Amino acid sequence: MVSMDTLAFYVFAAIAVIASLGVIGQGNPMHSIMLLIGSFGALAGLYILLDAPFTAVTQIIVYAGAIMVLFLFVVMLLNVPREEPAPVTAGGLLGPAGFKLGAGLSVLLAIEVIWGLSRLGIAGFAQDADAATVSSVARIGNELFTQHAFAFEATSILILVAMVGAVVLARREH
Amino acid sequence: MAALIPSPTIIAHLGLIFIVFNMLVMSAAFMVWLERKVCAWIQDRSGPNRVGFEGALQPFADVFKLMFKEDLRPKAADAALFAIAPIISTITAFAAFSVVPFGTETTLFGLLKEPIPLEVTDVNVAVLVVFAIASMGVYGIVLAGWASNSKYSLLGGLRSAAQMISYELSYGMALAAVIMLAGSLSLREIVMNQSGYWWGFIPKWYVFLQPLGFFIFMTAGVAETNRAPFDFPEAEQELVAGYHTEYSAMAFALFFLAEYVNMVTVAAVATSLYLGGWLGPFLPSWLQWVYFLIKVFLILFFYVWMRWTLPRYRYDQLMQFGWKWLLPVSVLNFLATAALILWIG
Repeated sequence: MVSMDTLAFYVFAAIAVIASLGVIGQGNPMHSIMLLIGSFGALAGLYILLDAPFTAVTQIIVYAGAIMVLFLFVVMLLNVPREEPAPVTAGGLLGPAGFKLGAGLSVLLAIEVIWGLSRLGIAGFAQDADAATVSSVARIGNELFTQHAFAFEATSILILVAMVGAVVLARREH
Repeated sequence: MAALIPSPTIIAHLGLIFIVFNMLVMSAAFMVWLERKVCAWIQDRSGPNRVGFEGALQPFADVFKLMFKEDLRPKAADAALFAIAPIISTITAFAAFSVVPFGTETTLFGLLKEPIPLEVTDVNVAVLVVFAIASMGVYGIVLAGWASNSKYSLLGGLRSAAQMISYELSYGMALAAVIMLAGSLSLREIVMNQSGYWWGFIPKWYVFLQPLGFFIFMTAGVAETNRAPFDFPEAEQELVAGYHTEYSAMAFALFFLAEYVNMVTVAAVATSLYLGGWLGPFLPSWLQWVYFLIKVFLILFFYVWMRWTLPRYRYDQLMQFGWKWLLPVSVLNFLATAALILWIG
C-alpha cells in the first residue's frame, strides 16, 4: 500500500525531472521558461511534502514569480523580430569543444552525487529534534539574522554590486 | 464498507469548496452586471434592462452567447501557449481565494463533531500564498500577449509584466507592515487580532493603525488587477483590446471571469487585512459572514465607481507613480510601523 505522501512525492518528482529535461530539450525559449516554471512549482510541492510551507511559498514568490517574469520579459523583448536560429558551429563555450567540457563536467557531477549518496545511507536522514520547527517563520528569521547574519549580509552586498553593475552598463552610452 | 463512506467533516469540506467556487463564479456575473449598471447611472443612462429584472440576467445571456461562438485562433499564434494562457489566468484567480477566511468556526448546528472553519483551507502562511498566487497570475496575461503573435497583444502583455513588477513591491511592503502588527502570517489570526474596540466604539481594525498601508494596498491592488485608472494592458484607444485582442468565445470569457474574480479576491484580502474580516456587532457568530459580504461589496463598489470616474494615466505617469511615490512611501510606512512597534512594545 503506497501512502498518499509517497504517491505525491513521485508525481512531483516526475514533473520536476520531465519539465527540467524539457527546458533544455526543445528550441523555443518561451516554452523553456514555462517548463522551468512548472519545474519550480513541482519543487514547491516537494517542499510542502517536507513540511516546509514557508520555503515552498518563498520558492514560488521568488523563483516562479519574480525571477521568471524578468526572464519572460527579456525573452519577449529579444524575440519580437523573429530571429533565425544561430548556426550550431558557434565558437567559444558553445562550440564542439565547449560541449565536450560540459559533458565531462556533468559526468563528474553525477559521479560526485552518487558517491555522496552511497556514503550517506539512510541513517543520515534520521529525525532531527528541531525538524518540526522548520515550518516556523519566526525560527527561520532568528536563524537567518543571528547565526547566519554574515552570510546574509554578504549576499545582499553581492546583489547590490550586481545592481550597480547593471546600472553602470546600461548608462555607459550616455 | 464503512471506510469508503467519507466522514461528515470531509463532506462538509467538499461542500464548502463547491459553495466557494460557485459563489466566486456568481460574484463575477454579479460584478459584470453591477459594473454596467453603475457605469450607466454615472453616465445618466439606464444600462442593461431587458433580460430579467433590471437586466440582472444579462451576464448569463452573454455567457450563453459566448459559449456558442466560434473559437478563433490566429494562424501564426503559438498554439499551446495560446490555449493555456486563459486557463492560467482563471486558475490563479480562483486559487488565491482558497486561503481567505470568511467566517467563524461552525459545527453546522451540531451536525459535525468537530467545528470546521469557514474557508477552503487554513494555511499558516496564507498571506504569502495570496502574494505568490497573485505573482503567478501575470503569466496568463503575458503569455496571452506573446502567444497571439499580434503587436497589440504583445504590447499589452509587456505593459502588464512591467506594471505587475512595479506594483508588486509596494503591495508586498504594505502586506509586511500588517504582518508585523499581527505577528502572524495566517489570515484567520490576523482577523482575530482585530476583534474588540477602542474606547468601546471604534473597532480595532488595522485600517485605523495603517491608513497609509491601506491606501497603498488598494492602489497596488487596482494596478495588480489591471483596473482603471491602471488598465494599460487593455487600453482600448491605443491597443484595440490589449492582451486579449485575438481571443474569442469562451477563451475571451475566461479572461473576463479571471479579472472579476481577481477583484473579488483583492477586496476579500483587503477586508481581512484592514477591515476586520467577518467581525461585526449584533449578529450571532454563525451569521457573521454577512459582514464579510457587506465589506467586500463596498470595496468592489468603490472599484467600479473609481473606474467610471477617473481617466487612465499615461504610461510614464504610471511608472513614475509606482517607483518614485508609492514604493518610497510604502518603505517609509514599513519602517515607521516597525519603529513604533519597537518603541511601544
